[in-house]
Amino acid sequence: MKGGGLRAYALIYLLFLYAPILLLPIFAFNSGTIIAFPLRGFTTEWFAQMWGNASLRRALTNSLTIAVSSSILATCLGVFAARASTRFAFPGKGPIMGLIMLPLVLPEIIVSISLLVVLLSLGVQLSILTVILGHTLICMPYATVILSTAFNSLDRSLEEAAYDLGETRISAFRLVILPLVMPGIISSLLMSFTISLDEFIIAFFLAGNEPTLPTYIFSQLRFPKQIPMIMALGTVLVLLSIALLTIAEYFRRRGIAKTGAKDTGGFL
Amino acid sequence: MTTQNPGPKSTAAHRAAMAGARPMIEIRQVQKHYGDYHALRGIDLTIRSGEFFSLLGPSGCGKTTLLRTIAGFEDISSGVVLIDGQDMQDVPANRRPTNMVFQSYAIFPHLTVAENVGFGLRRDPRSRAEKAAAVEQALEMVGLKGYSSRASHALSGGQRQRVALARALILKPKVLLLDEPLSALDRKMREQMQVELIKLQRQVGITFVLVTHDQEEALVMSDRIAVMFEGQIAQLDGPEALYARPTSRRVANFIGVMNFLPARVLGETADAVQIEAPGLGRVDIPLANVSQADPGDDGPSIGFRPEAVSLVAPGAQGANRVAEGVIDEVVYYGDMTYYDVRLDGSAGFDGQARPVRIAMRNVFGREVQDVGTRANVSWSPGSLVLFR
Repeated sequence: MKGGGLRAYALIYLLFLYAPILLLPIFAFNSGTIIAFPLRGFTTEWFAQMWGNASLRRALTNSLTIAVSSSILATCLGVFAARASTRFAFPGKGPIMGLIMLPLVLPEIIVSISLLVVLLSLGVQLSILTVILGHTLICMPYATVILSTAFNSLDRSLEEAAYDLGETRISAFRLVILPLVMPGIISSLLMSFTISLDEFIIAFFLAGNEPTLPTYIFSQLRFPKQIPMIMALGTVLVLLSIALLTIAEYFRRRGIAKTGAKDTGGFL
Repeated sequence: MTTQNPGPKSTAAHRAAMAGARPMIEIRQVQKHYGDYHALRGIDLTIRSGEFFSLLGPSGCGKTTLLRTIAGFEDISSGVVLIDGQDMQDVPANRRPTNMVFQSYAIFPHLTVAENVGFGLRRDPRSRAEKAAAVEQALEMVGLKGYSSRASHALSGGQRQRVALARALILKPKVLLLDEPLSALDRKMREQMQVELIKLQRQVGITFVLVTHDQEEALVMSDRIAVMFEGQIAQLDGPEALYARPTSRRVANFIGVMNFLPARVLGETADAVQIEAPGLGRVDIPLANVSQADPGDDGPSIGFRPEAVSLVAPGAQGANRVAEGVIDEVVYYGDMTYYDVRLDGSAGFDGQARPVRIAMRNVFGREVQDVGTRANVSWSPGSLVLFR
């Protein structure tokens, strides 16, 4: 068969990528405490255990707070940056945009340590607030890139037309620009949320005594007894991610269908 | 509004009525700099109320910049813009009595046709029902009755253009600004929209200012045309005057096709300039037909339009003068045939042969001539323009 080798390669590639994820729910419902085949029996005990775990709930609340806050912050700042870079010419535009993008290529460990040193020398108490700041910093490049693309694809005369028809600069932005870049804003929120939710290094350095989901999971890996519960947690997270992506993709496609734009491909 | 727009364009009555109309837009000594670039170099212009006015020129001549300064999208570096007698210095675009039809139409893709057309009525104190009626009326005016609930992104180019027109006209502006509104349409649609725009303008009686690089479009639609080059107005005239008597060789070159032959000035009388041109001999050019040469030209030249002369049968007698030559090239267009004719003795002053282009309408019974045959060209001194 033509392309047989490439087909096999693609299959192996996908298997390698997704088989580990498929193992999560299998062991999450396995009644044995050891993560190994053969399976012992069906149980929902690990889910119950997860539900009743107070420190896990605290870590989850922290992580959600951080992810929601930093994705909103990064997206708002990204809107400003994208608008400035696509609509206006100003001195030092290139270097400024470059500096915004820099965290993309800086090793996160360097960013974390520098932030820690600065925050401590300023006398700032470490808390989830400091993690939010750190996460906003690393989400900014992604938000800026996604939103710049969205702003760039807009015809500049749309805004002028709204202004010409009697709207103010601000209401023209709200009535015309904002609805048209909304798919970009949703993408940016989603991307930032995902990055923040599973970010480990900055959370580890800047959270103080507060656990986040990744740091909590890492701390529990030392106790073999806890591992089935981590599997259950992983299963829930995978399902939530799929649900979230589906919702986001639905809104993205609806936005495109509504404006009749060409689908340039989203995450899915 | 009928008092402002009494009848078909380019009739004497229409012109007289237009000349008496009060000024709607007055532009005085307007300069515009973008950094080092001098986009508008002292524009002086008065556009009359109810006029269909065109700004015509090649890209980069400043015509769009001038339109955008009228709309309020561009600040001027110096000078004055008055609309209906009011200084526009501190009036932003959203409070000027102007509305614009953009080159891209700028239809809001997330809104329906009715929402697009009614967009400018958001701050209107009228009731919802009255506004809806106004939208329906505006749509009917541009021939889009029954389209109100359509999604605007599903419209064709011509329909978008109509929505853009309705959206601007619903606000009853004193001036409608049109930025190359027909450039995105195909030829058939463009010709149809030209006629519809003329009718629409006559119907609403609003002053239209059109920017275009298409000379034919400007000639078809305008009461008056300002031809612009490099941020300055080169000539401001009605379509006929502009076509028949361009005041500079550059304008003549930009509007339609014109044949140029080198000329030698022999003398000047009270009402004419006597010249000699290769192939045509000695001619007295009336002073009204004497225009400026461009700085880059080498010496004076005479020009004439391809349809201002004609091929005639050998020995034909008439009031016109006849020059002889050989047909160099024949281009058949269906309704027209273009002949490139090398006039005898036209290689006169510098030994360079310059065939002249002659346009003949293919009326019934007239045969298309062959390449290489001898031809007689009938012309009259009144159809020549001297550039010196």
